Amino acid sequence: MSRLGTQVRTEVQLVLRNGEQLLLTLGIPVMLLVFFSLVEVLPTGTDDPIDFLAPGILALAVMSTSMVSLGIGTGFERAYQVLKRLGATPLGRGRLIAAKILSVVLVELIQLAILLPVAYALGWEPTDPNWLLALVAIVLGTIAFAGIGLSLAGRLRGEINLAAQNGIYLVLLLLGGMVIPFDELPAAVQAVARLLPSGALADVLRESLTHAGDRPGTSWIVLAAWALVSPLVARRLFRFE
Amino acid sequence: MRYGDLLAVDRVSFTADAGQITAVLGPNGAGKTSTIEACEGYRRPTAGTVRVLGLDPAAQQVRLSERMGVMLQEGGVYPSGRVLDTVKHYCALYGRGADPAWLVESVGLAERRNATWRRLSGGEKQRLSLALALAARPDVAFLDEPTSGVDINGRDTIRRIVRELADGGCAVVLATHELDEAERVADRVIIFDHGQVIADGTLAELRRGHDEIRFRSDAALDAAGLAASIGHPVRSLGEGEFVVDASPDPRLVAQLTGWLADHGHPLADLRGGAQRLEDVFRRLTATASTTATGEPPAGGAS
Repeated sequence: MSRLGTQVRTEVQLVLRNGEQLLLTLGIPVMLLVFFSLVEVLPTGTDDPIDFLAPGILALAVMSTSMVSLGIGTGFERAYQVLKRLGATPLGRGRLIAAKILSVVLVELIQLAILLPVAYALGWEPTDPNWLLALVAIVLGTIAFAGIGLSLAGRLRGEINLAAQNGIYLVLLLLGGMVIPFDELPAAVQAVARLLPSGALADVLRESLTHAGDRPGTSWIVLAAWALVSPLVARRLFRFE
Repeated sequence: MRYGDLLAVDRVSFTADAGQITAVLGPNGAGKTSTIEACEGYRRPTAGTVRVLGLDPAAQQVRLSERMGVMLQEGGVYPSGRVLDTVKHYCALYGRGADPAWLVESVGLAERRNATWRRLSGGEKQRLSLALALAARPDVAFLDEPTSGVDINGRDTIRRIVRELADGGCAVVLATHELDEAERVADRVIIFDHGQVIADGTLAELRRGHDEIRFRSDAALDAAGLAASIGHPVRSLGEGEFVVDASPDPRLVAQLTGWLADHGHPLADLRGGAQRLEDVFRRLTATASTTATGEPPAGGAS
């Protein structure tokens, strides 16, 4: 196996063998999808909550993996000098970053392979879905969230990074149109929420898969802007040591 | 090597030969780690040239790392990584045909092969870190404080492995502030102080011309009276330990013990010969400090 392949396998193994990471990337999205689909307590504004929830939970899954899981893992690797040590192997920094990107993509594929059948089993029926557009949205969302996660991981100390990633995860989950529609938020909060990558990704996924986006044009612009800016910020802020 | 206004390493020059253990010694903050990290390619010197196996470490780190073993002062391993998995991972990254199971066995971690890094003791972590350096089957190895926090048995294991590594033709560079460690394993010693190399040579070379006689007796012993009697300087090191700056000539030792007997003082731990490395180090760093006080190096020192 090539060095890149070796590193990707290790990165994916670390996620799949870590209970907290599994809970974050698979447990919470599946639980939220199942619970709020069966227990109609959310003001989703749709006949069946799964129609609103499924695209939102897909967006949550992307955020869990590409921002929080990547960010927390990388932050601790930096704190424990794993990044530094790997930098002195023939892997090199370039292939290390490539391995992290590929491992995020692989974990996201595993998430999709689990979440989509669960959503269908719960009665989700996408109307004339454009999967290609959804894929573009997921790629942009992954880039945007990875940039945020790595910006924090590359600068903050291990424990502070952990707290920051979890805090931002919760804020974006609640504010972002993932499980709660924008219209249900106070006007001032709504304005901010529409500028966040979480809401933008959920909205464009909802538009791509069920043609039920809130303001898809704006959301595409917001998502693209985050995908452009956050990697640049990460590149500027990130420190291997 | 400069960090802002701080000149951490100043005009350092040394070589480390294949098949030898070169110990880089110095107090904390002397510039050892900065120098080693420049050799490993982690830092680019602000001025000067570093070559390791003929390569520029900062510009050619990936190429160099194919033949370079590195042991960081601490950490460097995934906390949730298991011992054997971690060694397998590094063996695969280096791709030099090292056998992971044999490496784990050789550093004495076979029984802990399924333990995660976070569950290992300090000594076990160091031995795992050494195994990762060996996974490179290195031609040059940089080991930063390899026995720090390691128990006696673990130290013996590490010393044996490091010696075998050098005997196999590897140039081993070992940074430590533990003089006793350097004294036990090093073929050559380079002493750093205030960012500069203040001594470079074999242990015998550094000790040459500095024989002494050490002994213990009454703390209140009249050192000046003894010095006058035997004709050599006598220094008190405190707590009843004394040093005579002279070779352990039998006649002189007889004079010394005779004087102690005549004055009713006890005698214990009598030892004569070359200075311990600790004393060589004290002597050299004291000289460097005196020089530095008179004429500080440009830009200051770490």
